[in-house]
Amino acid sequence: MSEKVLMKGNEAIAEAAILAGCRHYFGYPITPQTEIAAYMAKKMPKIGGCFLQAESEVAAINMVYGVAGTGKRVMTSSSSPGISLKAEGLSYLAGSDLPSLVVNVQRGGPGLGGIQPSQSDYFQATKGGGHGDFKMIVLAPSSVQEMADLTIKGFDLAEKYRMTAMILADGTMGQMMEPVTLEAPSVNEYDKSWAVTGTKCDRKKNIINSLSLVPEELEKLNFARYERYKAIEENEVMYEEYMMEDAEICIAAFGIAARVAKNAINAARKEGIKAGLIRPITLWPFPNEVFKKAADKVESFISVELSMGQMIEDIRLASECKKPVYLCNRVGGMIPSPEMVLESIKAHYKGGTK
Amino acid sequence: MVVFDKPKSLADVPLHYCPGCTHGIIHRLVAETIDELGIEGKTIGVAPVGCSVLAYNYFTCDMVEAAHGRAPAVATGLKRSDPDNHIVFTYQGDGDLASIGMAETVHAAARNENITIIFVNNAIYGMTGGQMAPTSLPGQVTQTSPYGRDTNHCGFPVKVSEMLSQLDGAGYIERVAVNNVKNVRNAKKAIKKAFQNQIDKKGFSLIEVVSTCPTNWGMTPEKALEWVEEKMIPYYPLGVYKDRDADSKAE
Ligand SMILES: Cc1ncc(C[n+]2csc(CCOP(=O)(O)OP(=O)(O)O)c2C)c(N)n1
Repeated sequence: MSEKVLMKGNEAIAEAAILAGCRHYFGYPITPQTEIAAYMAKKMPKIGGCFLQAESEVAAINMVYGVAGTGKRVMTSSSSPGISLKAEGLSYLAGSDLPSLVVNVQRGGPGLGGIQPSQSDYFQATKGGGHGDFKMIVLAPSSVQEMADLTIKGFDLAEKYRMTAMILADGTMGQMMEPVTLEAPSVNEYDKSWAVTGTKCDRKKNIINSLSLVPEELEKLNFARYERYKAIEENEVMYEEYMMEDAEICIAAFGIAARVAKNAINAARKEGIKAGLIRPITLWPFPNEVFKKAADKVESFISVELSMGQMIEDIRLASECKKPVYLCNRVGGMIPSPEMVLESIKAHYKGGTK
Repeated sequence: MVVFDKPKSLADVPLHYCPGCTHGIIHRLVAETIDELGIEGKTIGVAPVGCSVLAYNYFTCDMVEAAHGRAPAVATGLKRSDPDNHIVFTYQGDGDLASIGMAETVHAAARNENITIIFVNNAIYGMTGGQMAPTSLPGQVTQTSPYGRDTNHCGFPVKVSEMLSQLDGAGYIERVAVNNVKNVRNAKKAIKKAFQNQIDKKGFSLIEVVSTCPTNWGMTPEKALEWVEEKMIPYYPLGVYKDRDADSKAE
């Protein structure tokens, strides 16, 4: 089907996963992402797939680990407190070089927090998400269409690089309805000779494992993994630029915050302020280059976030602190309004670099 | 002529276990079973965190190393990936299965997950140097119960087989021991049945094997075998705790 249908963001993720060939889903209920599980529960039995409600997020991620070990596409989804419980599994998946897709529809924290949208798991997602040196590919959708597209992309990247791809969405993205076009993608075939599927007594056994007791060997594994990460940083960065050609002040925002920022930028332009937007789509790998280049052109950056200021640190690093980076934020389930962002632009705009 | 040979499903490598430890015997029983049932090519084993963490080196079938206590969840994924073609077993110690992984154990049983669990109960945390386990006996001296397990302070041992047998989901639960020839023979029979059940799609099977840890019990191997007979088995009586198949036939 390639006509547009009206869908919730969470449902778009679920349907896209199925179109991408995912036939195994494990999860534990938590707001605001439960629609994904509900959709899978309905659909999977009808297409020969497996939906299983796990006893906890810990169990769910380890069921994912099991299916991933057999080389099949598998996913789980949760929201912030549940992702904390998955941290152990995410680290083991990384240590065993297994592909998986994990969705975090973020809510306000810390602790039990609230159930309204948030982006305060940015650090957790981009700086590791568990013990040990590892990365996840972190994809930040900003529309229901992107919820679907990045899910499909995430499965492919996860298999290509044998690692976890995380969709870092927020409650708004999960709950909002928009028209989407859904099409079954052509699925790339990657080497799966490492998978455990039974030896059939015609090959040497495979072992899925993250234990390595010899320091020299464990070091080598870590270096090799980071070589792969380097290739991802070179090849897989995604971002959108909006009105950046002549921008004198640069807004940085992802997810729902980027949509608010666009409205504010349009309003600013009407008042003669040359504002533009860089919207990272991959939060890791972070679009460092585009921020570095922008730093030579704009007078300052404003990071619009639903957190106490997390992505702002990466903007400072990427722009090498050449220009000031300001924060415009709401937290705890609150969302900045376009007016608030416009106010922030006006407060920091110095009238152009020339 | 009877030739005593190494089972094909056991790799030709030296095991790292301490002298007198019964992990080696139990490995052998599992490997013999895999050979006899002709399922080596379909079997995927899950090693735990514990003394048997390196079990992935010892079995010749495909193997997965799970996080501490998570083996039943990992096995669930492995099994559900291809239920008709994967034979999946976990091999877990008491800390792994009955403490940190209790939720995963209970729910795999409740779901009647069609997997086989080999549960090695040695009443202690072997790998980390002999701390109190959920199965340590009342009064038992360990590194973290140096004055003996005080049940007023830290409660009572978990009787896994008794507990799981209360679940409708659990298909077959038996407790065996490997402290003498007769018990080893029974253990083999139980393990084989637990795998056969999986082949026959009869659902969740768990074999609890009462085992030794001479090193951390601070005993000679002989003394440890005696301790199993005198202390462990009276607290953990051997026998079939649940056999849904037999029960339904009897009715
Ligand atoms: C999350 C986590 N906690 C603690 C440990 C440390 N640890 C390793 S083995 C072990 C105990 C294993 O004991 P048991 O399951 O009884 O098996 P045994 O070694 O006696 O065979 C512990 C606590 C760990 N590896 N991971």
